Amino acid sequence: MARFFASVAVAALLGVPAWAEVSDNKVRIGILNDQTGVYADFGGLGSVEAAKMAAEEFGGTVLGAPVEIVSADHQNKPDIASNIARQWYDTEQVDAIMELTTSSVALAVQALSAEKKKINLVTGAATADLTGKACSPYGFHWAYDTHALAVGTGGALVEDGGDSWFFLTADYAFGYSLEENTGAVVKEKGGTVVGSVRHPLAATDFSSFLLQAQSSGAKVVGLANAGLDTQNAIKQAAEFGIVQGGQRMAGLLFTLAEVHGLGLETAQGLTLTESFYWDRTEASREFANRFKERTGKMPNMVQAGTYSGVLHYLKAIEAAGTDETEAVAAKMRELPVSDAFAESGRVGPNGRMISDVYLMEVKTPAESKGEWDYYTVKATIPGDQAYIDPAKAGCPLVQ
Amino acid sequence: MIFGIPIQAFMGQILIGLINGSFYALLSLGLAVIFGLLRVINFAHGAQYMLGAFVALLALNWLGLNYWFALILAPLVVGAFGALLERTMLSRLYQLDHLYGLLFTFGLALTLEGTMRWYFGASGQPYAAPAALTGAVNLGFMVLPIYRGWVILASLIVCLAVWALIEKTRLGATLRAATENPTLVQSFGINVPMLLTLTYALGAGLAAIAGVLAAPIYQVSPLMGSNIIIVVFAVVVVGGMGSIMGAIVTGYLLGIAEGLTKVFYPEASNIVIFVIMAIVLILRPAGLFGKEA
Repeated sequence: MARFFASVAVAALLGVPAWAEVSDNKVRIGILNDQTGVYADFGGLGSVEAAKMAAEEFGGTVLGAPVEIVSADHQNKPDIASNIARQWYDTEQVDAIMELTTSSVALAVQALSAEKKKINLVTGAATADLTGKACSPYGFHWAYDTHALAVGTGGALVEDGGDSWFFLTADYAFGYSLEENTGAVVKEKGGTVVGSVRHPLAATDFSSFLLQAQSSGAKVVGLANAGLDTQNAIKQAAEFGIVQGGQRMAGLLFTLAEVHGLGLETAQGLTLTESFYWDRTEASREFANRFKERTGKMPNMVQAGTYSGVLHYLKAIEAAGTDETEAVAAKMRELPVSDAFAESGRVGPNGRMISDVYLMEVKTPAESKGEWDYYTVKATIPGDQAYIDPAKAGCPLVQ
Repeated sequence: MIFGIPIQAFMGQILIGLINGSFYALLSLGLAVIFGLLRVINFAHGAQYMLGAFVALLALNWLGLNYWFALILAPLVVGAFGALLERTMLSRLYQLDHLYGLLFTFGLALTLEGTMRWYFGASGQPYAAPAALTGAVNLGFMVLPIYRGWVILASLIVCLAVWALIEKTRLGATLRAATENPTLVQSFGINVPMLLTLTYALGAGLAAIAGVLAAPIYQVSPLMGSNIIIVVFAVVVVGGMGSIMGAIVTGYLLGIAEGLTKVFYPEASNIVIFVIMAIVLILRPAGLFGKEA
């Protein structure tokens, strides 16, 4: 002990911190996401809380330096997000930015992070380009992507007889990417895409699009949108008797948070894909219950994924013995991912975290035994099938 | 076939346009009443619409009051809240430039929305349609959910009643006179400030009715008002600022125009109303039904 104090005293005299491995004596992680808009429940403050839980689990310090979680609302606007990210990196000693809901935002911040040589880890955005043609040596993608959603929901429904599809697609990068990926899976499995219609973000009224879907005669109406848009589309589809008419609704990006918002009465029978369900393993239940105590809600895959991502980043710093970007990024690719989110995940050379994803069916109100008892796990899709092989993802880093 | 679209689909879209138009008409009516008589650009209108939906939701969850009670309760609660705001705050701004009223109500909208989001989250909550209005009828060319039919009917009744109240009754005449020349009307012994308070409450109450009507169709969410309010402003501008009939008719017409755009060129459906607004402003700056000032 005396030696420790002595070394601290010497270090203080020399003006060198005792934990010289960590830049500016702290590890600061920024959670940047939508906290007030259509995706505020999808990740939002829940993700911030999940990140704090990961930091606390680490004892609040790594290599003797305190871990701080800061957060900001990017309002789903890439320009606002880039400004915040720049400010964080340049003047506020933020070491890594995570969550990044909305694909356009994630792409912009990932490019900026690569330029600044900082680590970013995406859990809230969907586009598979993040670890494809837009990959970065310091960029990571956790939790899910458009490819995994397409393979999960698209693949399962075609196999189940849903071989003709009509898409309701959100009119921006994410929607196109999801429609394209799912369409490809449907065709690969021998199905057809009979049509699609693009709607503006936050369209509120979907009846007109739903009528088009109805008259198309497709067996499956694929909702290539997210958040409040998907909720409204599903609610209105029930009104127009789409499901009673024999068509199936597929929420391509639909999580526990939206099911909760919609209620089982309306959401029952929906097929969806998530990489996390709170009531699946002992570890996931334990984490989820602690999360619920703090937030009042059970986590979805984005929030649980953020927890996992922060934890993995801290583990990598510890293993590397420094928070220097190159070394940490290398360790992140090397270390396995094993926590409450995923038992046996691994990070590919393109930055994609590969873990199993699950095909879920939303329970009927009668089947549900309690608040948050929402899913039946219908199938487990191994990570290797759910995600694109890193060598074939089109990432220039992996050739 | 009309322009490559089967006639049945075409009819369906017109009907759907009418349904959306019902909401536009109800909301723009309230805005037109408030602007026409108080000269206040009420940016809090979307928030009042959202509050109406939440009153319905909370009345059901906390008090067990059903949809029909909510339809009466929500406009009363939101109207009273509006009256309180007008009395304590908004009325102090009448002497100033219109811009102050606009900024005040805009700030108010953001505050209300933020508060509700803090308590209820952005995803919102579902609200079931009353049992008597669930189900759908097959009209041959489309399946019409009974509830949507009710929305058209209810909004038509409310719109016509308000129009008649303001244009055809003695009370309406007094109101209109009070806007033209408050001093003169006051000298007849009429309490003009009270009239203005009631008018604002009426406008807010109309927004709340639209909110209750919308609750079973859309997710009851703190964001529902901000999604629709800008469109409604465009409706009022196209109809002619302050013209009651103009707001009603334009609401339905633009609903149909938007519905048809969703068939022919869906990507443009969220801007078509603004394109129409720009054209109308160029050709007829006072709006379709506005009187040239």
